[in-house]
Amino acid sequence: MGSHTTSKRRQFLTSGVGLAGLVMGAVRSLRGQTAAPAARPKDLLAYGQPSLLDNTIRRAPGAGTPLADTALMTPLQDLDGIITPSGLHFLMDHVKGIPDLDASKHRLLLHGMVDRPLEFTLDELRRLPSVSRIHFLECNANSRPLRGANGESVQLVHGRTSCSEWTGVMLSVLLKECGVKKEASWIVAEGNENNKYTMSIPLGKALEDTLVAYAQNGEPVRPHQGYPLRLVVPGWEAIRSVKWLTRINVVDRPYMAWHESGNNADTRPDGKGLWFRFELGPKAIITRPSGGQTLPGHGFYEITGLAWSGRGVVRKVDVSIDGGRTYKEAELQQPVLRHAHTRFRFPWKWNGEEAVLQARCTDERGEVQPTILEAAKTMGVSPDYFYDADHFNGIQPWKVNTDGRIQNALL
Amino acid sequence: MDGFRTRCCRFLLLAAVLAILASVAAHAQGPTYGLGRVPGADEIKARDIAISPEGKELPPGRGTAVEGAAVYTQKCAACHGPNATGSALHRGLVPLGNAKPVKIPFSLVPYATTVWDFINRAMPQSSPGSLKPDEVYAVTAYVLYRNDVIKETDVLDAASLPKVRMPNRDNFLPLQPEWNPKAKRPFGYYP
Repeated sequence: MGSHTTSKRRQFLTSGVGLAGLVMGAVRSLRGQTAAPAARPKDLLAYGQPSLLDNTIRRAPGAGTPLADTALMTPLQDLDGIITPSGLHFLMDHVKGIPDLDASKHRLLLHGMVDRPLEFTLDELRRLPSVSRIHFLECNANSRPLRGANGESVQLVHGRTSCSEWTGVMLSVLLKECGVKKEASWIVAEGNENNKYTMSIPLGKALEDTLVAYAQNGEPVRPHQGYPLRLVVPGWEAIRSVKWLTRINVVDRPYMAWHESGNNADTRPDGKGLWFRFELGPKAIITRPSGGQTLPGHGFYEITGLAWSGRGVVRKVDVSIDGGRTYKEAELQQPVLRHAHTRFRFPWKWNGEEAVLQARCTDERGEVQPTILEAAKTMGVSPDYFYDADHFNGIQPWKVNTDGRIQNALL
Repeated sequence: MDGFRTRCCRFLLLAAVLAILASVAAHAQGPTYGLGRVPGADEIKARDIAISPEGKELPPGRGTAVEGAAVYTQKCAACHGPNATGSALHRGLVPLGNAKPVKIPFSLVPYATTVWDFINRAMPQSSPGSLKPDEVYAVTAYVLYRNDVIKETDVLDAASLPKVRMPNRDNFLPLQPEWNPKAKRPFGYYP
């Protein structure tokens, strides 16, 4: 993802709006065909659907690339709470088509530097002790800033993150069943799609809290999230959370596969290549009111948004309504969980004047989310650097104009 | 009295340590749940396609850029362009030594094995995994030759491929031998 240039992004944004319009259009015409509630087919009730009168919340297409990538962003501005509905979980796949694998034939092979290689069926995995954990996933290219006073939505800029309750087996349980040899220090995880997507993960993380998930939000993981099995590597860039997981090779060094070196490595300002930037920095984003929306009138609004950190727990979110000159602490909605989206709220009365709304996250280690200028100063670069870099976690300011229109206010 | 207490403490500590060691040893001895099947060595070999930077998993076979050009024309050019100049080949290849994006193919690819591995597992997109080892060696040689990494007549095989020096091999931050969950790092350097 390191290669998406700003101009490519702009292209996609234009076409993305068009596609979103098409999707909406399709929904409306469908709605016209199903007139009376009595005519609803029974299977619509067997798996409940949103109200027919209010079924417009959709993922939006993401960056188009020369390869057949599938990219769809989560509509953060339309969602409440901390759980992303499975059908709205973001995708950013470097694969040709999304496979819908036969779970009865799917196998997970663990081998390499182990005492006993083992192969598990889905049924066998389901018999092992299970855990359910709420974790966010975030693409390393999320939040790449868009220049200027544009009306782009929080979905298109920050929608490469979602949060689910994942259920499965701790990878540590499976690795202990195999008996990891002393000399092992990494694992190489592989998916069973056309590219056989491959990622290296340090053994320490694999044993600490990595999950082999077969369920998402109470039901089998959706095909676009890796059905029937996906790795969930909490707090780390989501490219590590291998979908359609079929093989884990226990090894003594990273293998530097295509998607973890050429395709996803980043450059440091000094020109050195960055191979591993596992953990995601602390981030808080106001999701309402946010870019592209228009406030209907003066008066009370609850400012709300999501905060998270790759380090663990969100300790504090501060909100500013004056572009960062002053901050006040926001209320954190329980539960506040490790490596999970955390919902924050902040009461606000709009008097019709210009305002710049922004939120700032502080995580459990005390790291404070920087402004783009602070980030640039820390790294000794011009802010331009972040317009083409991954792992950007700078503060997102939204400017409220006197007519109520809300725009990006980041440089 | 103090000496006795210290000795007592030491003894208790030793007992605790021994108990922990015993439980670890018990754990390491065998599986707890006894589920799953032990696959045969051949089955593992058939699925074990990942190539490490040392290339120890590379299969027998050989190829040069001259041979690779023919395979490329037949199986790759439709997507990647007639002269390996298609945009897909430039994807993700941000330059090193320069924070401004200038496309330099393979600048972020540290090992030639990475190129072989990806062509082998994922190409061509219409039929991934269908190339024979000789074809993968040849196409890898062609792509590397087109990017001035090797000569047109250089033979790539299991011995020579891992020795190919990629252009920016020394421009990466050193590998971390082990991820340390408690390590503090400055902003922008995760972890």
